[in-house]
Amino acid sequence: MLLLFLLAPYFFSCGEHKVEEINLAETSVEVVKEKKPVMAGGKEIVSYDYDAFDLAFLQQEDDKIYVLNFWATWCKPCIKELPAFERLNAQYKDQNVEVVLVSLDFPQKLESAVVPFVNKKELKSKVILLDDDDSNRWIPLVDETWSGAIPVTLMVKNGERKFYERPFTFEELEIELKTIL
Amino acid sequence: MRTKYILTFLLVAAVGTLAITSFKTNDTNTYGYTIGSEAADINLMNTDGTMVSYESFPDAEGFIVIFTCNTCPYAVASEDRIIALDAEFKSQGYPVIAINPNDPAVQPADTFELMQEKAANKGFTFPYLFDSSKTVYAEYGAKKTPHVYLLQKENGKKIVKYIGAIDDNVRNGDAVKERFLANAVNELIQGKEVSVKETKAIGCSIKV
Repeated sequence: MLLLFLLAPYFFSCGEHKVEEINLAETSVEVVKEKKPVMAGGKEIVSYDYDAFDLAFLQQEDDKIYVLNFWATWCKPCIKELPAFERLNAQYKDQNVEVVLVSLDFPQKLESAVVPFVNKKELKSKVILLDDDDSNRWIPLVDETWSGAIPVTLMVKNGERKFYERPFTFEELEIELKTIL
Repeated sequence: MRTKYILTFLLVAAVGTLAITSFKTNDTNTYGYTIGSEAADINLMNTDGTMVSYESFPDAEGFIVIFTCNTCPYAVASEDRIIALDAEFKSQGYPVIAINPNDPAVQPADTFELMQEKAANKGFTFPYLFDSSKTVYAEYGAKKTPHVYLLQKENGKKIVKYIGAIDDNVRNGDAVKERFLANAVNELIQGKEVSVKETKAIGCSIKV
């Protein structure tokens, strides 16, 4: 009986992640190459659908910490917190940490809004476009509690995730990062 | 021996309580309405200067309440669909009521005057209300624009029957495959239970 109580939280907390592993098996890597990347600030902005994104960042087992910030050029609170993510990337990239700015801009705005924005702000972090219409499917896959509002941030290390539906200052980000560094 | 039993019992009880408590805190938050909640009445200023409440529609069977705003690209992309929903369902007893929850001090494009302009330019056929006290969106639990709450009248109470997105493609109305909200309203009209009660879509965070 005691054992059952002790183990109960583990059973509950593991349950949700299994679904995603099944999806992984059916995912094709080809999707990543589907769209031609556009150039901004001397680097590529690659478009991903959700399954390709999941495979590329959420399922990695490379000991790297991915700090995934979901943002858009039209989202004011997102733009306000971008410098914190840029600073985190600069300061921690040598410690196997990579900030990825996951743009949710409309795909037709990639070249007219995202590219000029990345150039103007001279963003150094990796920028990608998450281009997947069926948000009702993938929002709960990112996190069950996510309402769909941005900004949100996901810290991922070897498939383990921490999800934050809130804006960040650099200091707050650093505190959270250090819990998994 | 007896003390040992009592101690074991206490330990089991303590660990059990702990396990249950930690499981509960992992649960989704309880902020705002869930399916089956009774929605509070509203009394908000419409763009035509009149005050609008649910009582303004005595013949309605329910309401399509949509938290939306002037400039969020997802809200703007939804405008024509919101007008179409009102045209389709007002005559069937489910009028649209749009509410702007944003604070113009934070989002200057969401002033009451610019709401009036939007309603006039787009020819809104439904009330576009200003949540000036910032209490309605919080009570409902709206997190973003657009964010839909479908209510049905039951014995005079307004009961939440559906929460979420208008359809499965906020960005592109032409590529919609499933009209979640319209399906839910049609099910209510047919006296059925709503089959898909909650959906998710990307939206702009509410600016307060």
